[in-house]
Amino acid sequence: MAYSKNLIDHYENPRNVGSMDKESKEVGTGLVGAPACGDVMKLQIKVSDSGIIEDAKFKTFGCGSAIASSSLITEWVKGKSVDEAHSIKNTEIANHLALPPVKIHCSVLAEDAIKAAIADYKDKNKK
Amino acid sequence: MIKNIYFDYQATTPVDPRVVDKMIPYFGEIYGNPHSRNHSYGWEAEEAVEIARENVANIIGANPKEIIFTSGATESNNLAIKGLADFYGDKKNHIITCVTEHKCVLESCRFLSEKKDFNVTYLPVNSDGLISLKELQNAITSKTLLVSIMGVHNEIGVIQPLKEIGEICKKNDVFFHTDCAQAIGKIPLDVNQMNIDLMSISGHKIYAPKGVGALYVRRKPRVRISAMMSGGGQERGMRSGTLSPALCVGLGEACKIYSKEMETENKKLIKLKNAFLEGIRSKCDEIYLNGSEEKRVPGNLNLSFAYIEGESLMMGIKNLAVSSGSACTSASLEPSYVLKALGVEEELAHTSLRIGLGRFTTEEDVKQAVNKIVSEVKRLRALSPLWEMAQDGVDLTKINWAAH
Repeated sequence: MAYSKNLIDHYENPRNVGSMDKESKEVGTGLVGAPACGDVMKLQIKVSDSGIIEDAKFKTFGCGSAIASSSLITEWVKGKSVDEAHSIKNTEIANHLALPPVKIHCSVLAEDAIKAAIADYKDKNKK
Repeated sequence: MIKNIYFDYQATTPVDPRVVDKMIPYFGEIYGNPHSRNHSYGWEAEEAVEIARENVANIIGANPKEIIFTSGATESNNLAIKGLADFYGDKKNHIITCVTEHKCVLESCRFLSEKKDFNVTYLPVNSDGLISLKELQNAITSKTLLVSIMGVHNEIGVIQPLKEIGEICKKNDVFFHTDCAQAIGKIPLDVNQMNIDLMSISGHKIYAPKGVGALYVRRKPRVRISAMMSGGGQERGMRSGTLSPALCVGLGEACKIYSKEMETENKKLIKLKNAFLEGIRSKCDEIYLNGSEEKRVPGNLNLSFAYIEGESLMMGIKNLAVSSGSACTSASLEPSYVLKALGVEEELAHTSLRIGLGRFTTEEDVKQAVNKIVSEVKRLRALSPLWEMAQDGVDLTKINWAAH
């Protein structure tokens, strides 16, 4: 199976690897997937008062496509508003990385992860 | 340019150059049909085939007349199981095999149970990958025709107790077939001491070419199988079709080499295996060996690298040709049915790689592989949320994961 250049680049040089304080009010954390299924993504966003995602970090257990999908989405959400980030579709990730059909679920998981992180952030900051 | 290194000797092996040398004349110079009885072209080809047959017989303590050449172990397993079932099926219709057998054995059994009114018992395995002899004994009934258990496992390298299984079969008057594709040249085999009635052999797992194999069929007492293909009645009527003298010679020569060199090769492989395992374990924690640690061939290391998904590790060590126990590389996305049968949890099964060492593996190869694997394991664990949680003392089994 030949992977695309973009995918290999994100796998070999993943962006925004790391963790943020999950107790902080500015931070939203999404943890999706299951070890038994072979992929788990943890995605965190740090949101400014004006609702802009200032920083994003991830850690992923999964195949190369899962690692690349989560790396890519952290890159994309930075600088976006929470609502903009919420509208990112898995197909955009799959297209950018040229994921083969059996790996589409990795992009779905990345979309789930950002949505879960946003939900966590909103939950913490309920007025 | 980084050198590619081959660590997949259970998938296939390169043909030994000594084997190639013996085969070459039979592509050009000596081209007769070994079944042509009326001229020297045929006789020459026939003589080569018969010498090869003897070499194959010798490595398992059989008589050359008991060796049937086939296209490989898949055909041998099909012929043994379906052929025996067809011949004796009206008297006995129960087969005992094991959940971790190769797909061609399992599928042959499934065919018989779905289409031919056979009952099949699939024995479970213990966590070390071995069957329980007691369970085997208990599974045998008056209707049991055949026990089919492989010698050495293709995925986890464990050695089943063939001699003990053979004893039980003999005592109960049940035929014993064993798939020895991965066992030939790796462990001593003797069809008489082990009471084996049928044995499948593969060429390309033992440094002979792909496309050739053999089936041992016992003559005393005689074991009867129905042929699967109709034709000229070659191979004592059990396997029609013109033999390829070149391929037969290749298989024979590969067996002859192993007859002489098995012991020295095993010693070398034990050293390499130990260096590999210790090299990784001295630098990384939580590396688990799947299958029995003692009852296994030294050329197989099936390892789980906890908290790292197998395919991502394979991508990171892409110059090392290994095989993934995690099926994320295939279309099914299911982890290995073999590791599942051992009771390896799915999360650990996803982190598994099979590393195969063989005749042409060098100490330098092992050193390079260990370095590469250790550095990738560290990199990917730093990327793994599971590793982070485990380090923080989170019990991963207590988390309510959403299956997807």
